[in-house]
Amino acid sequence: MSLIFAKVGEEVAVESITGGRAAIKRLQEMGIYPGTKLRVIANSNGPLIIGLGNTRIALGKGIASKIVVKDQILHM
Amino acid sequence: MTDTIQPATRTLRAALIGNPNSGKSTIFNALTGGNAHVGNWPGVTVEKKQGEFKYNDFEVEVTDLPGIYSLTPYSIDERIARDFIVKEKPDMVVCVADASNLTRNMYLLVLLRELGANTILDLNMIDMVEGKLDINIEEIKKLLGIPVIKTIGTKGIGINELKEAIINAVSAKPSALQIHYGVDIEQAIHEIELQLQKIPSLYNKRFIALSLLQEDPQIEEEIKNEGFGAAVEAALVKAAHLEKKLGFDLETGIIEKRYGFIESIVKQSTKKLLSLEDKLTISDKIDKVITNRFLGIPFFALFMLATFQLTFKIGGFFSDYIDQFFSWLGEIVGGIQLPHMLSSFIVDGLIGGIGNVLVFLPNILILFLILSFLEDVGYMARAAFVMDRVMHAIGLPGRSFVSMILGFGCNVPAIMSTRTISEEKDRLLTILINPFMSCTARLPIYTIFAGIFFSKNQGLVVFSLYALGVIVAILSAKLFRVAIPSLKGKISPLVMELPPYRMPMLKGVFIHAWERSGEFLKKAGTIIFVGVVVVWVLSSFPQSYEYASEGTFIGRLGHIIAPLLKPAGFDFWQVGVALIFGIIAKEVVVGTFGTLFGGEENISLALQKLFTPLSAYSFMVMSLLYIPCIASIGAIYRETGSVKWALFSVAYSLILGYTVAVLFYQIGSLVL
Repeated sequence: MSLIFAKVGEEVAVESITGGRAAIKRLQEMGIYPGTKLRVIANSNGPLIIGLGNTRIALGKGIASKIVVKDQILHM
Repeated sequence: MTDTIQPATRTLRAALIGNPNSGKSTIFNALTGGNAHVGNWPGVTVEKKQGEFKYNDFEVEVTDLPGIYSLTPYSIDERIARDFIVKEKPDMVVCVADASNLTRNMYLLVLLRELGANTILDLNMIDMVEGKLDINIEEIKKLLGIPVIKTIGTKGIGINELKEAIINAVSAKPSALQIHYGVDIEQAIHEIELQLQKIPSLYNKRFIALSLLQEDPQIEEEIKNEGFGAAVEAALVKAAHLEKKLGFDLETGIIEKRYGFIESIVKQSTKKLLSLEDKLTISDKIDKVITNRFLGIPFFALFMLATFQLTFKIGGFFSDYIDQFFSWLGEIVGGIQLPHMLSSFIVDGLIGGIGNVLVFLPNILILFLILSFLEDVGYMARAAFVMDRVMHAIGLPGRSFVSMILGFGCNVPAIMSTRTISEEKDRLLTILINPFMSCTARLPIYTIFAGIFFSKNQGLVVFSLYALGVIVAILSAKLFRVAIPSLKGKISPLVMELPPYRMPMLKGVFIHAWERSGEFLKKAGTIIFVGVVVVWVLSSFPQSYEYASEGTFIGRLGHIIAPLLKPAGFDFWQVGVALIFGIIAKEVVVGTFGTLFGGEENISLALQKLFTPLSAYSFMVMSLLYIPCIASIGAIYRETGSVKWALFSVAYSLILGYTVAVLFYQIGSLVL
């Protein structure tokens, strides 16, 4: 599913990033690439805030919609 | 005379590099003991900052490079950093990494090592991971083959070790890092390297080959200029061919391989003791309120309004004293027996002109103090976040808004701060609208006029001018986006780090505010001084006329312009003169009034005779919009690299300022 559908508090893993080359590159350089685990900190019909470890990154809705993620299955 | 034997000192050149918010500025300050600003929102270090430190017999010059994520010339900051490392060849590069986000921070390190830079890894903010993550630095040293130091920049811990590591690294010549990118890509790299065998480039050949495969435009151009255009063409063909064969974007593939390499290092050298990301931090909780969908913008408006109220309430208090001081000084000097010309020069020219500008120092200092505080506390990035949706509606990214707010301080650094905006069109637009943001130099004009004509609603009237500036900026952006072909295009998406909120070190805030206010003082001593002297000379000659009367040169000059100003409601020659000299710096508008009319009290009386509240407001509108000051025009020229855009900015604002002031006055006259 697209990152924008992830719920607040959810931990997701990036599967793929679609969209423009420049945008993909920018995300990768910020540490968001397939395999990265993200936590959704805020998501309310505007830009999102995601957590990448201790780092918080604001993502516009447009670019967030291009990040395909998978729910993390929480098994211990 | 006996010679004391000096120990042979050697000067080394070190560069400091790191991601935004990695604490790089703090390390810079700790190393150099200097007063470089400790900032908080991404990209605050846009200017090249240098400092020195001595250690043993060595003198080390440290250059603070911009905070960046990567070395590909994606933004100007990245280009500056890469060019510095490759072309200026510092003896060593210290890569400051946030220990709590190792993987991402080490990406830059890998790029530096691929470039072949003699690098030291500084794991900073190590206290953030204490008890959560065990980092085995010996293992990292072994795996990367470079020195690794742990520091806590804010507490000065590990700084001596870092200094020592810098000195020790002087003779190190580590060979460039080679990551294995897989058989197919390696084959392509090898083939391109063969074609480049004779190239005299500063980059290593493998790095060039990799960059060409990634279609790095800057490297492509440089290699073409070296006369190896054929290799560039061949690399492009290879890249296309490889992409087809491998089924993925080559650049993405290369970046992922790098992360693979980093992950393996991180895995081997760290042990997780506690999950780093399992709780909402205090910052997250604050953000729930501050960046809330409904509350975010009201909060922002509230902060801005409070900023201006404080600026006037507290600043005004101190300004009164400075004003009294200059009046007193004027009387003293006036009482001394001096040749008439000299006395007039000091009292009318210097005290009247510069004194009137200096009166506003407290306002300016306080405004900068608050802006620095908001920046250092981490709020500026949130303001960009909150405004992103609104900004998108007007065709600009949220990031532009930070530059706009900085424009309230001074348009010059604000224009420079656009360097972190990667999309060239967005950047250009942000630059072009910045002069409409009311900088502190306009503040003296507003304060004087609002004080005289709107004494009951002073704060509100001034706020309305700030708001008008923002509205004009926004509408202009929209207009440019639609009307100027080279500015059409998509808005770059919001991808921005939100630094954790932190209580700024008050010392840092004060230093920052003082540095910026210092610019104002310097301006008072130089450009404003010159402006005031010119005004005084023009007002004094020909001597047969009374000082600053209509017959003097300045009076004649003013008379040429005054008729043009009639539709705007202030067709007085003194106003014409003030506006002309205001181009030098907007403070000179007030300085000119001071020189023409004499001290504050006389200004007040004179202005009351010349203006009505309506024409006073119209004049403030004109002063806000009519032209960027010389320093801003210079900044626009430097940052856009184009005379055309600088001229466009001047022409556009002249026409706009005049039109809006006239419309305001004419419509106002009909309604009132």
